[in-house]
Amino acid sequence: MSELFDPARWRPAPFLPERETRDGTLVFVVAVLCFLACVTALGVLAADRAARGWANQLAEEATVIVRPQPGETPDSAAARAAEILAGVNGVTEVRALEPQKAYELVRPWLGDVADVEDLPVPRLVAVGLDRRLPASAKALEAALQIQNVDAIVDDHSLWLADVRRAAGIARGMGAVVFLLIAGAAAAVVAFATRAGLAAQRDVVEVLHLSGAEDSFIARLFQLRFARVAAVAGLIGAGGAILAGAILRLLGGSQGLTPALPIAWSDLLAVLPCPLLAAAVAALAARVTAGALIREMQ
Amino acid sequence: MSRNPIAGMADESDEVVRFDDVSMRYGRGPEVLRDLSFGLAPGSFHFLTGPSGAGKSSLLKLIYLAAQPSKGLIHLFGHDVAHAQPADRPQLRRRIGVVFQDLLLLDHMSAFDNAALPLRIAGGRPTEYRADVAELLAWVGLSQRMHALPPTLAGGEKQRLAIARAVVNRPQILLADEPTSNVDHDMALRIYRLFVELNRLGTTILIATHDQDLVARSGRPSLHLENGRLAFREPQGPTLS
Repeated sequence: MSELFDPARWRPAPFLPERETRDGTLVFVVAVLCFLACVTALGVLAADRAARGWANQLAEEATVIVRPQPGETPDSAAARAAEILAGVNGVTEVRALEPQKAYELVRPWLGDVADVEDLPVPRLVAVGLDRRLPASAKALEAALQIQNVDAIVDDHSLWLADVRRAAGIARGMGAVVFLLIAGAAAAVVAFATRAGLAAQRDVVEVLHLSGAEDSFIARLFQLRFARVAAVAGLIGAGGAILAGAILRLLGGSQGLTPALPIAWSDLLAVLPCPLLAAAVAALAARVTAGALIREMQ
Repeated sequence: MSRNPIAGMADESDEVVRFDDVSMRYGRGPEVLRDLSFGLAPGSFHFLTGPSGAGKSSLLKLIYLAAQPSKGLIHLFGHDVAHAQPADRPQLRRRIGVVFQDLLLLDHMSAFDNAALPLRIAGGRPTEYRADVAELLAWVGLSQRMHALPPTLAGGEKQRLAIARAVVNRPQILLADEPTSNVDHDMALRIYRLFVELNRLGTTILIATHDQDLVARSGRPSLHLENGRLAFREPQGPTLS
């Protein structure tokens, strides 16, 4: 038995005991936090994609409300407006909506009116805009005014601003939640470091009295908790990928709801999670251990 | 034999340890050490004696920088420790070997790892020192127990392992706090002979002990602590070695 020990083949043992009874609990808590952070990130990505889709749709269209001039029928006014708008730079498509569509749009307010054709219902012209160089609302209005067409151009900028604001709020909230979770993870690791240092007080004392520098001892705890957090991050990210994949498979490209369309590529966003978790844990452990070791001096 | 360690009797600049009017108290408690002044010359061998609670361990702690004096000046290897930068303290500690009263062996490490610890901390490469560690463990009689974890070692083996760890990086001074308290008479003599051997190689030795018989038979001078005060005692008999 003892004769088998060969100093030439000796490999140094770790300075700190490799396993602690608390490690399992710490891995679980940090893994849950990482899972929540990853799910938040996926949610923000999906919300952002939905908002961008809606914004693009709104930005590529404008609606023109045409009022007939005296002696002109609504349909002929709409047709004239469509013809003028088709010649404006940045317009790709112009379509005068059929009278029936216009009646349907006002029906919720007026109800079923028998002689609706007699009402002065304005006609609508849908304008498709070039995605790269869209015509501005002012340009469309100017073109119509020159030809004496009484019309109001709605380029959806009001809605667009709302959608973009909503997307910005979703991103901001996601970032706040993400930071809160990272902070919670750091606090958990700081507590664990404190407990770890208390449990390993004898080891720390021996290392100190054997000439170890504070930074050397702090680095031991830093590496230890970075490793634990990386494992937890891997588990949390894996769980989030699994959850995202299930949502994608169940809901297709729309996810479970059109408001949160998940793409397969979104799942890649959680891959840095283990590294981030390790970095947060390393920082928290380093700061906590450094302060405690100075106190122990 | 070493010169008289009481202050003012020798060239202070050469001393490994120098205390000038040093007092120490824990928190707001009474002084456990009072106005101690003495020096330890390089290569000297002293016992530190006194009844329980006299402050022997506290004095050793002051030397190995685990405690701070409430008053007075301590010089280690010519450095004023009160003015040493925090970054300098590890370097000073590496020049001191300590056999702690409760040994403080690391249970998760083998005997070989425990003995090699100071060399690893000092940044040495295993290939450079592992043969030396093996040789040292053989010298303290643990060549067959290198792989063993401390909880599986007998009392005397633990003491010898603690001594091996304390001397592995060839410290300039070795402090031992009751190194023979948990071993039988024969083992105490063996351990004492280890210290004598180290002293012959040039290491300054200071051993705190209750073992008056060993002190008497050793023929070595002692620093006697009582009620927090220090007195120098000349050797009481022929040198035991």
